Amino acid sequence: MAKVMMKGNEAMALAAIKGGCRAFFGYPITPQSELPEYLARHMHKYGGVFLQAESEVAAINMVYGASGAGARVMTSSSSPGIALKQEGISYIAGAELPAVIINVMRGGPGLGGIQPSQADYKQVTRGGGNGDYYVLAFAPENLQETVNIIKESFDLADLYRNPVMIAVDGLIGQMMEPVDLDVEISKKDLPEKTWATTGTDGKRPPVNVNSLFLDAQDLENHSFKLDKKYKLIKENEQRYEFVNMDNPELVIVAYGTMSRIVRSALEILNNEGIKVGLLRPISIWPFPEKAFNELPDSVKGILTCELSTGQMVDDVKIANDGKLPVGFFGRTGGMVPEPEEIVQAVKDMLRGLK
Amino acid sequence: MGKVVFKRSEGLSKKEFSYCPGCTHGIIHRLVAEVIEELGIIDKTIGISPVGCSVMNYEFFNCDMQQAAHGRAPAVATGIKRVRPDNIVFSYQGDGDLASIGTAEIIHAAHRSENITVIFVNNAIYGMTGGQMAPTTLIGQKTTTSPYGREEKHAGKPIKMSELLATIPGASFIERVSVHDPAHVRKAKKAIKKAFEVQVEGKGFSLVELISTCPVNWGKTPQDALNWAKENMIPYYPLGNFRTPEEDGKND
Repeated sequence: MAKVMMKGNEAMALAAIKGGCRAFFGYPITPQSELPEYLARHMHKYGGVFLQAESEVAAINMVYGASGAGARVMTSSSSPGIALKQEGISYIAGAELPAVIINVMRGGPGLGGIQPSQADYKQVTRGGGNGDYYVLAFAPENLQETVNIIKESFDLADLYRNPVMIAVDGLIGQMMEPVDLDVEISKKDLPEKTWATTGTDGKRPPVNVNSLFLDAQDLENHSFKLDKKYKLIKENEQRYEFVNMDNPELVIVAYGTMSRIVRSALEILNNEGIKVGLLRPISIWPFPEKAFNELPDSVKGILTCELSTGQMVDDVKIANDGKLPVGFFGRTGGMVPEPEEIVQAVKDMLRGLK
Repeated sequence: MGKVVFKRSEGLSKKEFSYCPGCTHGIIHRLVAEVIEELGIIDKTIGISPVGCSVMNYEFFNCDMQQAAHGRAPAVATGIKRVRPDNIVFSYQGDGDLASIGTAEIIHAAHRSENITVIFVNNAIYGMTGGQMAPTTLIGQKTTTSPYGREEKHAGKPIKMSELLATIPGASFIERVSVHDPAHVRKAKKAIKKAFEVQVEGKGFSLVELISTCPVNWGKTPQDALNWAKENMIPYYPLGNFRTPEEDGKND
């Protein structure tokens, strides 16, 4: 298929359908409402289910039920709505159910604002709900990458029996870009869903979808089993991109919308003869720690750039393991910086390093 | 060879109940199990376990089960039923679950007329967490969080969920029954059967509220608890049918 011009939220909705999503439960919230609106118009044509729930809490529990019954299911929301869904996400992770969750992030805390933000980084990458769990989380930077990852996420969710979150921000949700929805995504060899509640049909013993382990030893065993899965995901799914890695003096770590602005800043810096590279995490959980071992010897420091007050800095410091100085530049609350602000931050940091 | 006149329902697993002596969950479980057996729907039924004393009922019913977060069973049931409309889906919920933390979910499931069946067990107290006040706790009833007896000025009047839900146009079948003696147990089974039949026939949301007991947290013997339910709960929570599909439109 040729590329078509689509709005981010609508492209994400269509990508989900193309990824096999046949059930969507959600609740309106800015800046992602065009996504459920698109599915309300089109899901039935694919034999799927669209339902607007009475709340985010109900929506995520409908996802739990539908996923437990074997369906490929998705929900979407924006920051305060994702906060409400955390209870259900914890249950989905605990019961090892596949689900895709799109978070079109906006500024917080609390009701915050409706402009683009990356201030949910910790909520997204630290589980967010109660207990020992993680969701596989991707933070793409443009629409093509976003739709590709959404399509693949339904396979990844089934493969690992784990929630997968796509963390974009309001800018990606609201902008229009040419996008090809039919890019081939390599299919994974997926096991049959023998755990799903479909009715026994008199052919097998009853199954139970559950996250309850009243015996502490049983729960520890379950948590260690989950942890083993998370280690496997860490090994297999760290995704990142390097830009301008030809002997840079400094490396910027930035993802999503911020990495797009950083790309513009790199051009300005390059024209001034200042060599700066970009390490762009595509997966934010697992965080691409492996990439930090590949940094060239020329690098004298790392500048973390985010649309937050520095939520990713801890992960950068852990991955860097004390080897290089780590600086930070960020705007938050829905403010999006000009490339020149990043150029200035780079120059300030380089001056401090000399 | 004698004739079998009474046996374990096929709707129940072999697992022994873990309920306190005198608790009526066992009776209610058996009624649900007998109904899904008699309707021939065990093989396609999917149940939702609640949070509370009956949290582990996924071990007791002989059908596929999903365990839900506190109060969210109607949302979980909705998710299942929407993607598997040919299956029979029921939720099993206590008063804390359905009348407190899950009021939004139950009202909107009824409002959408989700084609599901809800078994609502009302014993006017939180059982598993140790006998705290429920929205359904009677005025003057002592619990660990209403130690001097529930006061209306402080905690409001006990909430009547069946009456409330019967005002919702989407509610197809609502009935309140009791299991405090054998005659009422038989009536309760009839109501549960009707509720499942409503779902089988695709007629929308059905709910049976069962007046139940909690001898341990009420601090009574099993028989005294049954008597107390009859003498104190039924006058406030009158038994009867509040809505049936045949009289559709009655309460609109």
